[in-house]
Order: sequence, then structure tokens, then C-alpha cells
Amino acid sequence: MQIGWLSQSVKRTLPLSYLDQPPDDEGIQGARLGIADNNTTGQFTGQSFELVESIVPESGDVAAAFRDLAATGIRLIVTDLDAPRLLTVAALPDAAHATILNTAAPDDRLRAADCRANILHLLPSRAMLADALVQYLVVKRWRDFFLVTGHTDGDREFAGDIRHAAQKFGADIVADKPWTFIPGARRTDTGHFAIEAEVARFTQGVTYDVLVVADEEDEFGDDLPYHTFDPRPVAGTQGLVPSAWARAHEQWGATQLQNRFLRQAKRWLTDRDYAAWMAVRAIGETTTRTQSIDPNVISAYMRGDRFELAGYKGAPLSFRSWDGQLRQPVLLADARALVSVSPQPGFLHQFSELDTLGIDQPETKCHLH
Amino acid sequence: MPSPLTCAFWAVWALVFVRLAGPIAAADTIYVSNEKDNTITVVDGDSLTAVKTIPVGQRPRGIVLSSDQKSLYICASDSDHIEVLDLASEKVVRTLPSGTDPEFFALDPTGKLLYVANEDDSLVTIVDIAQGDVLTEIPVGVEPEGMGVSPDGKYLVNTSETTNMAHVIDTAKRKVIANILVDSRPRRATWTADGAQFWVSAEVGGTVSVIDAAKLKIIKRITFAVPGVPSEAIGPVGVAITRDRKLAFVALGPANRVAVIDAQTYEVLRYLLVGQRVWSLAFNQNQSRLYTTNGVSNDISVIDVAAQKVIKSVPVGQSPWGVVSRP
Repeated sequence: MQIGWLSQSVKRTLPLSYLDQPPDDEGIQGARLGIADNNTTGQFTGQSFELVESIVPESGDVAAAFRDLAATGIRLIVTDLDAPRLLTVAALPDAAHATILNTAAPDDRLRAADCRANILHLLPSRAMLADALVQYLVVKRWRDFFLVTGHTDGDREFAGDIRHAAQKFGADIVADKPWTFIPGARRTDTGHFAIEAEVARFTQGVTYDVLVVADEEDEFGDDLPYHTFDPRPVAGTQGLVPSAWARAHEQWGATQLQNRFLRQAKRWLTDRDYAAWMAVRAIGETTTRTQSIDPNVISAYMRGDRFELAGYKGAPLSFRSWDGQLRQPVLLADARALVSVSPQPGFLHQFSELDTLGIDQPETKCHLH
Repeated sequence: MPSPLTCAFWAVWALVFVRLAGPIAAADTIYVSNEKDNTITVVDGDSLTAVKTIPVGQRPRGIVLSSDQKSLYICASDSDHIEVLDLASEKVVRTLPSGTDPEFFALDPTGKLLYVANEDDSLVTIVDIAQGDVLTEIPVGVEPEGMGVSPDGKYLVNTSETTNMAHVIDTAKRKVIANILVDSRPRRATWTADGAQFWVSAEVGGTVSVIDAAKLKIIKRITFAVPGVPSEAIGPVGVAITRDRKLAFVALGPANRVAVIDAQTYEVLRYLLVGQRVWSLAFNQNQSRLYTTNGVSNDISVIDVAAQKVIKSVPVGQSPWGVVSRP
């Protein structure tokens, strides 16, 4: 059983914190561990799995690489691509009979107007992350948000999701400001004085409970904690962060996955690694259950009611029929500790409480059929 | 005429005598492993209070009594070995090899071998207790945990949490002879005393599969529904079945309930509210009581089996995991 892997090396901006540099092998290490886990299971079912890896250089042609994978007969392809490239490959004639498992792009539009019948999404969407965070803040009764938004499209989308979640769950955005300050050499000697002055000025004169930040590239978010005018916690893309996975997560057997991954990759498991592991495991689990390696059988089973994936977050995970999104709990953690897991108790749903996170069927703009 | 002092003397003796002749002789001692503070808590079964805390190796999880009931074997998961706790001196007197990360194990009926699940290595390790040697390692699925030896000792059932199978091992040949696919994240395999069935709990799947041991087929899948508890919070782990196979008890994890099941009809009779995140279960010797470890509330619950009622909770150490009762 061959599973395709398609990613493109993208030059990433260096994060503000020196501590967590983006690893070169992010994502693919998770897929490789998923293959190893599938093969341990496969020895009892007579099935073996192989990851056919295609890593396109930054200037390379992703569509050509996809066609090459498809030409070898591979129909299940795990991608670590951004939204535009993902949509490009999904639209190829070669992708018409393929199932693409998106493990990198959290964009809401991929689960809405730009959804595609041949894509499944493993990472939580930005809307799910925002809902998970806001549910918790509302439970804490920290209902007045000061929202600060960075300059990228992703930041603006996440900020929009926070506004939507605030409206849905009963919180208020009492201040809503873009971050425009471009500091000089902030990590060089005495740079912190300028930052302190700027953040204090930026947050002065507003009465709020929590500073919610949208800064996915980590350009300024880590400068906010401890620098605000009033003593207020920071949450969002920095501070208390909603995420698919967290370094401090050890509940529901997560320690085992953390240990296996650390041993293999010699670094911590990230969200994208986790999504790639889940993508490969979803295929492996389906192959075991259906006793089939037919990509059409696998794809249909994964989308069906009987599919369930154990993802070390307690609840069984499954794909939403309306937009191909994996329904899953979202962790809330800072760099050192798991703080909570959403959905929060008390947020009820007719079918699954996991569907209180993200775009539910009645409000979806995705029309696959 | 006796002096007041003599009266006091006799009164004290009378008390001592009553204590000795009274329920103490019949009461059991309960041992609980505390995963997060590296200790074993000793609970007196008569007063139902913790009477002692014994320091042991790192991350103690599975525990089992030796066949002579004089020692307690302890999976010290992060120390990568098994410790032998002498229950008279309450000291660790020996360690046994186990392979890495031993989580849970089972004693064969002769009392000579331990079958150990190595969670990080996808192996079942067989340990000769007297020799202190590893006899062999048997490859199984990802994250092996549940270990159940058939009453006649001929078969060992191991569950692998990420492979989602019950692996049936022939203990004479030391080979896997069957793999039964069950629901997600199987945690425990518990045999009925007659050896006719083994029951496998699936934590994420939320079910218990009853497996016919002769046909090696699932004959019933028991599901659970607790009013007011979301289905995602129902995570079956520990299973205990009475010797007469009339009742079965299933620990439902974060649902904070123990399900009571008619083991003949497989009907769930009721749910008993216990402490938070209930995992392991153990009967006392005459099966009048059932003990549960509650990993989040740091206590054990005591269930009166005949009355099907929780009669007490007893605070123990941090993150209690395993429990056994010694007569």
C-alpha cells in the first residue's frame, strides 16, 4: 500500500522567539511515524505501507510533482502545502480520482466556498481554534476582549473568527486594533525598553479582561505578555494558544506518541507532524477495518459514519460529511503546560459536542454535492 | 476489690482482645500504585483508611500479587524494570528485568512467569521470576497494554491500543495465534473464571467486546449511555467479572462511573458514581467488595458488590493507577 507525500520547502520567517526555530522536516516526520505504526499493525493483517515522498524545492513545480505521484498509481496523497498550492493540485485532472489529505492549511475558505470533494482536512480550521479559545474564555468569564491583529491574511482570518466566536458565545470585543509598530533590533541589547513602552502605550486606556492576539508568524505576539499597561493575560496565537497538539500534552496516552516521536525525530511533535501522523493513521486504520487497499473503498469508509480515529485526545475523531474537516478536541496550552481542552463542558450540541467547534452543517458554505 | 488502675488495665486488654478476634482477621489489605508520586499506598480494608505510603520506582502502574501473596510485583514504567515489594518488611527487595516501559502485566497461574506489556516497544516480554531472566519477547501491535491469562494458563490475550487488536498468544508455543480487531484503543482483556470468554474494553470506541475464547469471535459488543454525560466522555478501561459470571463491572474513565452488567444477558443494569477518571478495578477475595482507582480525584472508591452501591472513597496518592486486594 503506497501513500503519497507532497510538500514544498517554503522559506519561513524567523519567529520572534529564538527558542523554537521551525524544523526543516516538519510534517514529514509525523507521516513517517504513522507509516511505522501502520506497519506494526500490518504484520498481523498481512498489509504493508510505504510513504512515497515528494518534496518540491521552493522554486519547483508542485503540479508536476503531483502528476508524477499520480502517474505511479498512487491515489491517497498527504499534502503539506499552503491553500493556493493545495487548490492548484486538487484541480488537476490527475486529482479527480484521488483523495488529498491536507495537513498544513488551516484556512476557513478551504472548508467553505473553496472546499473540494477530493480534500480531507486533518488540522483544525482557524474557526475551530477561535471557537475553542473563546469557549474557554467565556467559561472563565473573561468576556471583554482587546483584539490585536497582525498584517498577514491568516492573522486577519483568525481575528475575524475570534469576532464571530465572541458573538456566538457571548463575549465582547471592546477594542480592535491592528499592530503596525515595526521595532528595530528588538532582541539586541536594551531593545526591550522600546517594546515595553510601545506595548504599554498600545494597550492603555481600555478596560478589558484579556488581550487576544492574531499573529501566526510570531512577529510581535511574544512581545505582548508582561508589557501591557494593565496586568492582563494574553491569548490567541501567543500566550494561551488553541492548537491541535501541544508539547505539554500527556493525557489520554499522549505521552506514548510524544515518546515515539521524540525517539524517531529527535525533536518535539508539532501540529503539522501530528496532522500528518493522523492522515497516515486514518488510512492505516481504514485499511485494517475494511481489509481493502482500494483507494475508493478507503476514501468512502473514511468519510462514513463508522470511521473513528484514536488521536490521543480522548474522543474518537471522524470527518464531517459536509466539508471533510476532521472533528476533534482542541488543546489550550502555553509553552509549558496544558491549560484546558475544548469543547468546554456545557457547550451542547444536538449530535456531537465536537461540532460546537468550527462551522456546523446548518451554516456551512461548502456544497460538495 | 480491684484498684482503678487494674480496671483500666483489663479494659485495655478487653479492647485489644476484641480487636484481634473481631473483623481484623477477616479484613483485607488494599495496595494502590500512584503513578505520579512514585509510591504504593497501603489501605486497611477494615477501617478503609490509608495506613502507609511506600516509596517505589518511577511511575508505578500495573501491580499484581505473587501467588504466595507475600510479594507485590510493580511495573516501574519509567525505571524500565519490575520491582518486587516484600509485603512483610514493606521494602523493595528485588528488581526483575522487563524490557522498556512496562505498563501492565499478568502472572501465569503457576506463579512462575510474568507476562509484561512494553508500551513503547510493541512487545510482550515473558519474565521468569525465580531466575530473574527475560525468556523471550513476542512482537505485538502498537502500544500493548491489556494482559489477560486464561484460567488454565494456556492463552494470553494482549491488547494493543493503537493497532486496535486483541492478540491471542499460545503460551506454550509463545506465538501469536489469532488477532481480533476490536474498537478503538483497547485497554484491558479480562477472562471469565470458566475460561469460556474474555472481555476487551475499548477506551476511545466506548465499548466492551465479549469474545468467545473457543471460536475467537466477538459475540457481543456492549455499549454504554449515561444520562447527562457526553458519549465522548465514556471511556471503558477496567473490567471485573464475578467468578460465577453473574455480574460484570466496567470502569468508564472520565464518565466517572462504573457500569454494572448482567454478565449472562450483557444488559447494563446501572451506573455507579465513583471518583474522577476511574480506570482499574479489583475485587477482594470473596468478591463482596470491588475497589476502583480514580486517577484525577486521587482516591479509590469502595463498592459493595451485593448492594451494588458505593460505600466509601479513600484518599490515596497522586494519580492512582493499579489496585490489588490481599486477604
